[in-house]
Amino acid sequence: MTRIQQPTIAARDGRAARPATIPSDAPLAVRGLTVSYGEKPALFSVDATFPAHAMSAIIGPNGAGKSTLLKAVLGVIPRLSGEIRIFGMPIERARDRIAYVPQRASVDWDFPTTVMDVVQMGLYRKVGLLGRLSGRLTEQARDCLERVGMADFADRQIGQLSGGQQQRVFLARALAQDADLYLMDEPLAGVDAATERAIIDVLKLLKAEGKAVIAVHHDLSTVRDYFDHVFLVNVRRIAEGPVETTFTTENLQATYGGRLTATHLDELAVAGGAR
Amino acid sequence: MSPFVDALLLQAGYNAALVAIGAGLLGFAAGSSGTFLFLRKRALVSDAVAHATLPGVGLAFILMVSLGGDGRSLLGLLLGSAATAWLGLLLIEWITRNTRLAEDTAIGAVLGVFFGFGIVLLTVIQTMSAGRQAGLEGFLLGFTAGMLFEDAVVIAVGGSLAVLATWLLRRPMTLVAFDRDYAAALGYDVRRIDLLIMGLVMAVTVIGLKLVGLILIVAMLIIPAVTARFWTQRSNRVIWIAGGVGGAAGYLGAVLSASAPALPTGPIIVLTAAAIFVFSLLFAPVRGVLAALLRHRRFQARVHRRQGLLALAARHPIREAYTLRLLAREGLVRPDGVPTDAGRAQAAKVARDERRWDVAREIHQDAGLTGRYDGLTPIEEVFTADEIAEFDRRLGPPVAVEAG
Repeated sequence: MTRIQQPTIAARDGRAARPATIPSDAPLAVRGLTVSYGEKPALFSVDATFPAHAMSAIIGPNGAGKSTLLKAVLGVIPRLSGEIRIFGMPIERARDRIAYVPQRASVDWDFPTTVMDVVQMGLYRKVGLLGRLSGRLTEQARDCLERVGMADFADRQIGQLSGGQQQRVFLARALAQDADLYLMDEPLAGVDAATERAIIDVLKLLKAEGKAVIAVHHDLSTVRDYFDHVFLVNVRRIAEGPVETTFTTENLQATYGGRLTATHLDELAVAGGAR
Repeated sequence: MSPFVDALLLQAGYNAALVAIGAGLLGFAAGSSGTFLFLRKRALVSDAVAHATLPGVGLAFILMVSLGGDGRSLLGLLLGSAATAWLGLLLIEWITRNTRLAEDTAIGAVLGVFFGFGIVLLTVIQTMSAGRQAGLEGFLLGFTAGMLFEDAVVIAVGGSLAVLATWLLRRPMTLVAFDRDYAAALGYDVRRIDLLIMGLVMAVTVIGLKLVGLILIVAMLIIPAVTARFWTQRSNRVIWIAGGVGGAAGYLGAVLSASAPALPTGPIIVLTAAAIFVFSLLFAPVRGVLAALLRHRRFQARVHRRQGLLALAARHPIREAYTLRLLAREGLVRPDGVPTDAGRAQAAKVARDERRWDVAREIHQDAGLTGRYDGLTPIEEVFTADEIAEFDRRLGPPVAVEAG
């Protein structure tokens, strides 16, 4: 279904033709990215350009390649083909400008480590192999915990935290990297309402400081409230652009196919929708 | 003095002292180097690596003999064992990455094939050098009788290097063990760090072959780290505690085996480590079985106490015998279930706190604070006195729960 619709939508929004060059100033630009596990592509020839000074959402159904996109950009998983530029540079030269927040479920929370230890992992590249975590750096890590409201938990073993608190610690670790581009994999999945607000506040602050935030997002009902830019993907790129013009019923239907019924769409605050 | 104390104080002869010191050093090195093997959840890979040392021992012996040498040079045998162990490790990595086979299958295959080949080589060597004892079977379960000073030096130098490397590389290894994707995103070469973790393990295996033997060395790598995990919540400390546990087990085990005739050193060391493990499993303060049991019992008591008091407040009879015993022990009810004055006061307090929580939930819709309501945490721990006063104001004048 997607395969049939893809060309028409691409043609309609005028992006069927691939730009010859990658914009050199975009925080993240991807051209022709294909990633596959075995013979089955998880992402197929995807183009994407994410804007600066903005919060962008990557949206699509399960198995659409959302997390894969982030991991391929970071070089966590190898890509089959395609070009990736971060602030116009290849990833190897832009590592210090990216921070990553993996999915919370991807680690073992019984691991013997404290909240403070986890946040300091964000500083490992800065201190190197043998460097000491000086008082100034510890102070910096504590500051990051403060920003996500977790300073009181610095010495806790990470397994004693609630899901929302674990997510905040992951965010604090990314903040410690002091990056210009934040790639986040479902930062709001399964967190309580208070944590969701706290995280969004931090992200809005980052945006105000001129940083770019790109998050895989699963909750269609909050896209309008939180994000400026959306990238809709289902193995192939479906659409991308400002939320006002791109987060439309039509595009969502193309992304989710039959899995998103008309009643769902009516309840959503989509462009041209009921709200 | 008893033979045990003699051995403990290194007074039981040169060989026994050498073995005890060597085993202590090996135990320390194995314990700390095994930390990340355990944290990375790849304990069984080390078993395959240990078994893969055997063909190397045999091949090195044959090579040295065919070159006109003695064939029993320890350094030559260890180099040979390291070569095939490394090959086995790479093979497991390759199978896991490039085929659909899971790691446990790869481990089983490599372990079986390499060990089988090693046994064939040992048999060939026995017939080849008929009349001359090669003594290579000793590498299976370790042999300490002929321990030389140079053996102890190999353990001391190799072990120190392994511990040093573990400490220096603790950050990348922690990162890979805890969160591989994040490590890769930071630009670390995860595969190389994984090989490094296993490389350290392999080095310790090789230097420990003669003392503990290849079949049991895996226990020296894993048991101390698992034991240490019971005593700390921080990976950096696991390294040193595991080293301490391993060192103590090595030294004590060697002393034990020296203090009685016909006790095999390697297996006794492993059993000593296991004894420390069982002790930790049962009695460790937070993660131990006993501590968990006590925590559970205390929690159960709190639940029963609260339910019982709420029942008193509502003038329901308490049916559960355990609840009744609990309240009676605190002097809150008489044995027949009738509340005492203290019981009435406590019941009124618990009932009132329940209503305060109701008000708190209305005021602080879905905020993090009310999320802490579990019916057990005293409301005073969550809200300030002012806030509670505000709840009481909304609840109206002190309701005479116990008016009757």
